[in-house]
Amino acid sequence: MIASLSLILLCQLAGEIIVRGLRLPMPGPVIGLLLLLLILLARDRFAFLARGPLQGDGVEGASRGLLAHLSLLFIPAGVGVVQKLDLLAEHGIAIIGILAVSVVVTLLVTVATFLVASRLMARGQGKP
Amino acid sequence: MSENPFSLWVYLSQSPLLWLTVTLSTYAIADGVSLATHRHPFANPVLHSMWIIGVLLLLTGTSYTTYFAGAQFVHFLLGPATVALAVPLYENRKVVAAAILPMLAALVVGSVTAIVSVVALAEVAGLPRAVILSLAPKSVTAGVAMGISESLRADPSLTAVSVVLTGIMGAVIVTPLMNRTGIIDFRARGFAVGLAAHGIGTARAFQVDAVAGVFAGIAMSLNALVTSLLVPLAVTLLMR
Repeated sequence: MIASLSLILLCQLAGEIIVRGLRLPMPGPVIGLLLLLLILLARDRFAFLARGPLQGDGVEGASRGLLAHLSLLFIPAGVGVVQKLDLLAEHGIAIIGILAVSVVVTLLVTVATFLVASRLMARGQGKP
Repeated sequence: MSENPFSLWVYLSQSPLLWLTVTLSTYAIADGVSLATHRHPFANPVLHSMWIIGVLLLLTGTSYTTYFAGAQFVHFLLGPATVALAVPLYENRKVVAAAILPMLAALVVGSVTAIVSVVALAEVAGLPRAVILSLAPKSVTAGVAMGISESLRADPSLTAVSVVLTGIMGAVIVTPLMNRTGIIDFRARGFAVGLAAHGIGTARAFQVDAVAGVFAGIAMSLNALVTSLLVPLAVTLLMR
């Protein structure tokens, strides 16, 4: 458990160092995610890596534990926002309306693009 | 008991214990209600925990700084949880690899839509320039969105507010919207909510379906990158 958490933190730490060192416009943990994915894939290829947190259900179990209550982790930041709702004072209704319309449009356009592309791909593979 | 009834409160209000306990127990109750209603979209545990704790802080006159001293232990886990998304991604790698092209297409089109729709609507509504700039990156995770906002000399706090509002609205609306339009492909549903409503949408996706959660996590991560490249470009093109 501790070794698995250490591995996750190590990936995050390496991600933060890479992002800051190269001034990448993305969060450090996203690079950490890629690193952990590469480590898991490498373990399948090279048997000698399957030890410590990488054997059994080690890092997998710890990760599932962290993700089981992903919603909880957004609450502290969300509460900060509740306290800043007065920032919306002047244009509040307009901003909320715009964000709502935009999120619905974005959801629909994204899901439609995904489905159309996936259908085109299936058709392309169907014909030799 | 101490002689002064307030000394207990003074102690509690200065230790992280109280607000950490409040955060966890409020969530435990909100999540219990969410489970009891079979994950009804309006029983979103993030939404309800947020306002309940917000009201508690208001009633007790507690500052956000004091609250965060306790809640930071929970907040910190966001980073490791993002790294942990590698595991469901790894476990579903075959499904993901088979959907690379649809994902890339949806990423580009969706990311542009998220930015253009909000900027265009805000221009039509006649909002001031600084407000429009602050709203533009609202579909990406708060840390990245605030960075973009700062680089545009907009208001990062207003950006944070719009990010969380977008996340909550997306997480609440996605299930009824997708059911109404008859979309049953959970890869597409997950990808859309991760792109439009970042982490809060991803948390919702994991509640509904594991594959949806995986695709939401990918969309969230990729959109953070694409949006930070696109927003500066979009605002120069769209705003006079």
